[in-house]
Amino acid sequence: MLAYVLNRMGRALVTIVIIVSLAFVILRLSGDPAITILGPEAPPQAVEAFRKAWGLDQPIWVQYLKYFSAVFQGDLGNSMRDGRSALAVVWERVPLTLAITVPALLINILIGLPAGVLAALLRNTAFDRLIMTVSVIGFTVPSFVMGLTLALVFAVSFRLLPSGGSGTIAHAVLPVVTMGIIGAAVIARFTRSAMLEVLGQPYIRTASAKGAAWSRVIMRHALANAAIPTMTIIGFMVGSLVAGAVVVESVFSWPGVGRLLVTAVANRDLAVVQVILLFIGFTMVTANLAVDLLYGWVDPRLRTKADRAGT
Amino acid sequence: MSVETFPDEEPRHGSGGSVHNAKSRLKVFFEARPPTVLLALAWIGLMLIVVAFAPLLAPYDYLAISLSDRLAPPVFLDGGWVHPLGTDELGRDVLSRLLMSIRISIVIAFLSTLIAATLGVSLGFFAAYFRGRAEQVILMMIDAQAAMPFMIIALAVLAFFGNSLVLFTVLMGFYGWERIARIARGLALSANEQGYATAVRDLGASPWRIYGRHILPNIASTLIVSMTLNFPEVILLESGLSFLGLGVQPPLSSLGNMVGYGRDYIQSAPWIMLAPSLVIVLTTLAISIIGDWLRDLFDPTLR
Repeated sequence: MLAYVLNRMGRALVTIVIIVSLAFVILRLSGDPAITILGPEAPPQAVEAFRKAWGLDQPIWVQYLKYFSAVFQGDLGNSMRDGRSALAVVWERVPLTLAITVPALLINILIGLPAGVLAALLRNTAFDRLIMTVSVIGFTVPSFVMGLTLALVFAVSFRLLPSGGSGTIAHAVLPVVTMGIIGAAVIARFTRSAMLEVLGQPYIRTASAKGAAWSRVIMRHALANAAIPTMTIIGFMVGSLVAGAVVVESVFSWPGVGRLLVTAVANRDLAVVQVILLFIGFTMVTANLAVDLLYGWVDPRLRTKADRAGT
Repeated sequence: MSVETFPDEEPRHGSGGSVHNAKSRLKVFFEARPPTVLLALAWIGLMLIVVAFAPLLAPYDYLAISLSDRLAPPVFLDGGWVHPLGTDELGRDVLSRLLMSIRISIVIAFLSTLIAATLGVSLGFFAAYFRGRAEQVILMMIDAQAAMPFMIIALAVLAFFGNSLVLFTVLMGFYGWERIARIARGLALSANEQGYATAVRDLGASPWRIYGRHILPNIASTLIVSMTLNFPEVILLESGLSFLGLGVQPPLSSLGNMVGYGRDYIQSAPWIMLAPSLVIVLTTLAISIIGDWLRDLFDPTLR
């Protein structure tokens, strides 16, 4: 088990190094930041001073090493527009994003998982068809259309909820529901096909044939095995929570990290974009690592394989 | 494709000409193409007509501003037939803008999917041919791409490189290449094990010829299915970015743009955003239905 854990953590670390290096490469590839920020008509002295201030006059590998050590010390430069630390600018938005993404994730899982499992167990019944029909929206309705439709119904027509802004719990309802419905549809569809796949396996037939109770077959044999692919998709959704929030936060003018990313991209505030990029990268890596470790716990085959490979 | 290529439901009775065949032709046709698939095909046909003839079909110039006709309601909200889908805040005809937006969104999605397919198939074949370290590098790139939400990568590239229609289309072309590459590599590896590839290789054909003329046509159906399934996702991505104001830039218009600025008039003129929203949903739905249908038709093992 230890070898498995170390192996996974090593891979997570390598991925983080790659993400940081990529951010550096893209930052440099995108042209001279001095020209980008100051404009092509800036006087040469100003450009020179800017380059010195940001360390752009040093050799590229020195810049790379400096960049690397700065990133791991949490020094990610200042917002090129308002001069404050980019990390602080992003950090103060994180709680707002979590305030809508975490409840949305709970809705995803609490509705999506049981719906998918039931649809698989009741395959080809009216319930199954209903779930599958409804879950199509998860793949065909973009989140901004879903969000605006909900706003049109509940904010404009019935005037029950505010259509945008933040401050009260009522403001959070529509963003949470928008993300909740779409994510639940995705999870339901995925869980159903994972369950169907497992239910068709010979070991399920064996378990039923040897006389195990139906509930035991489902709980011990089917759910445990369907959990593995389902965990992968949930892990990916946890990791991409912020990414999913980009559009929804913009629809409802919710001042979280996603909306900050959109304005930073529009203003080309590269330091802020970079911090958000690294932040999302870290969340993805952490979520994947957590899922990998859970795999090892749920599926004994994986950890014995890694132990054998490790020793 | 002909009706006889769908033998899944019943065992094959020989290829036509049996006594009761003429009677059941119609039945077989509808079994092979359920009503939803026919509707989806009809919708996509309509969209293709719009793509081809948008300027001819549009009743007005999509950029023509008429301030005296601002925010005129559509015909189903007691508006007149002068502007069947109403007008926007500058008095531009929503129907004309919708037709042009459909054209731009679908052309971008189509070009992007072609780019993704070319990139994916090339890299997949490359990995299957060279194996070893080159394959490891490609597999690592595939994993890296799959691990990061594409929306975020796209936003970062737009922040760092700015925006133009060409750059934007190429950027969308990177969406989904990793899935196609993974499929192409897997299929090429198994094709390499089959008799025909070995036979052509032993005849002295070059790798270009083996992969381009022999393996590619043999695996094309699966690749076409995965391209079809990629297409609606590109439309969603493009419209999402355009909605945020970071995709297609005015004066050009895409479906996402229309929803984006229609949002500001959600109270006074909801028709501006409703028409393009409906088109996005119906188009992605229709292509998904066709994609699923093609998948079951060509390759039931992909389910």
